[in-house]
Amino acid sequence: MDALEDGVVDGNAIGGLLIEVFGTEMTTAVVTCAQCGATGQVAELAVYRPGLGTVVRCRSCDNVLMVFVQIRSVTCVDLMGLAQLA
Amino acid sequence: MAWQTATVDSLVDETASVRTILLSVPDWAGHEAGQHLDVRLTAEDGYRAERSYSIASAPGEPVAITVERLDDGEVSPYLTEELRAGDEIELRGPIGGYFVWEPAFSGPLLLLAGGSGVVPLRAMLRHRSRVGSSVPVRLLYSARSWAEVIYRAELARLGDGVQVIYALTREQPPGWTGYARRADQAMITEVAWPVAQAPLAYVCGPTNFVEAVAADLVALGYPPAQVKTERFGATGTP
Amino acid sequence: MSPISRGFHRRHEEAEPAGRVPPGQYVTPDFPVLSAGPTPHTPVANWTFSIEGGQSPASWTWAEFQALPAETVTVDIHCVTRWSKLDTVWKGVSLDVLLGAVSYDAPYVLAFCDGGYTTNLPVADLKDGKAWVAYSYGGSPLAPEHGGPARLLVPHLYFWKSAKWVRGLRLRETDAPGFWEMYGYHMYGDPWREQRYAGD
Repeated sequence: MDALEDGVVDGNAIGGLLIEVFGTEMTTAVVTCAQCGATGQVAELAVYRPGLGTVVRCRSCDNVLMVFVQIRSVTCVDLMGLAQLA
Repeated sequence: MAWQTATVDSLVDETASVRTILLSVPDWAGHEAGQHLDVRLTAEDGYRAERSYSIASAPGEPVAITVERLDDGEVSPYLTEELRAGDEIELRGPIGGYFVWEPAFSGPLLLLAGGSGVVPLRAMLRHRSRVGSSVPVRLLYSARSWAEVIYRAELARLGDGVQVIYALTREQPPGWTGYARRADQAMITEVAWPVAQAPLAYVCGPTNFVEAVAADLVALGYPPAQVKTERFGATGTP
Repeated sequence: MSPISRGFHRRHEEAEPAGRVPPGQYVTPDFPVLSAGPTPHTPVANWTFSIEGGQSPASWTWAEFQALPAETVTVDIHCVTRWSKLDTVWKGVSLDVLLGAVSYDAPYVLAFCDGGYTTNLPVADLKDGKAWVAYSYGGSPLAPEHGGPARLLVPHLYFWKSAKWVRGLRLRETDAPGFWEMYGYHMYGDPWREQRYAGD
């Protein structure tokens, strides 16, 4: 199996990306899912990396919480699935 | 957190496909047990690849990572076969505030490793030894075979207060009386500290291993907040 | 300035430009599974494929879908992550059959899928033997991780347009970006013009 398809991991794996985007350690930040209200630490969220980008989902309802896409050294960040990020 | 250039000091072959890389990192700010760092390689044509590796050494020790060579990998074959002492690699870190153990955390410690998931747990064990902590530890280490157990000699020398229990899932040496199957509820029940002792658990390895073991612990009554998980992805079935 | 990693090179060298492989791709014998979310497991008893919008929207159950004329095709597929797989064999229903069953004049569709994935395409790129809803791969029923029960198959575009777990098409007057397109992937995605990202 290639690193290209490493299967689903968790928020620990994107610690570096989150520091890049938010400027600080974020894996212990608590998120609230905008769809089902579930709360949890970023480190425990489901992270999918299909090569095109990084998709972070709620463990309870699979709602997309965050999407990160890096194209030509620009990172697009979508946090629409979060009700709250503390 | 900036990328910085580190120099390879030395290499230690842990198993036929696993190597520990000891690094000199000029601006290393120190790290905690369980954190990881990101490595970035740049080819002559500008092609770049980035991977994350758990830090294998304790706080205060030289920075080290332990890398398993994946047959279909792009970075791991380079790090385990091509890289030499004196080479430079770019890295950033330390990263991660969740999957971290400090001696001040109370409760007996339960460490559950699937394959190369043992790496951050080994950093925790080394940290515990270096500070002279007496927190009781049990490590359940699931590996495919005895030959694939990383840090074998070191784990045998951990002394009182640390119990290491192996589950060898595919191949066992002659006379093996230990677990010879993948971790399941029965095994977890036998190995886990009683819930009444308020234990703290760290589970690390392939995603399937981590999810199954974490679920087993919660089924035993471990509060989810006391079960910390780090999923390495689908590679390397335990 | 990053140091060059002595002796490091990409694992997959790009294929020789032989006319068969688009620029920047390498050929793989594997079939990587790349997903943005968990694999849905829709029972075929609950499965429908719909064409929404237009003047006469239509919907087929699995049984109705299986009764439609199907084709077996051998095509090359090209993923934006740079792998190409040659001579892949699929069986499915041509979009000519499906679009032929409805009345419409919209120029675009948004394909929608179990799990919420979407991707946009011009209707013209689904017609004239260029696209299928495929339910069999390599002679076997399409596996869930590869998009089963059925996926869109549009081999002349980057494979993110061949939406897994497709459940229908929404006809539209305008081209609306789907999931990856919203984050900067190309609205059209022609691998032969290397249209990976918006602006390419």
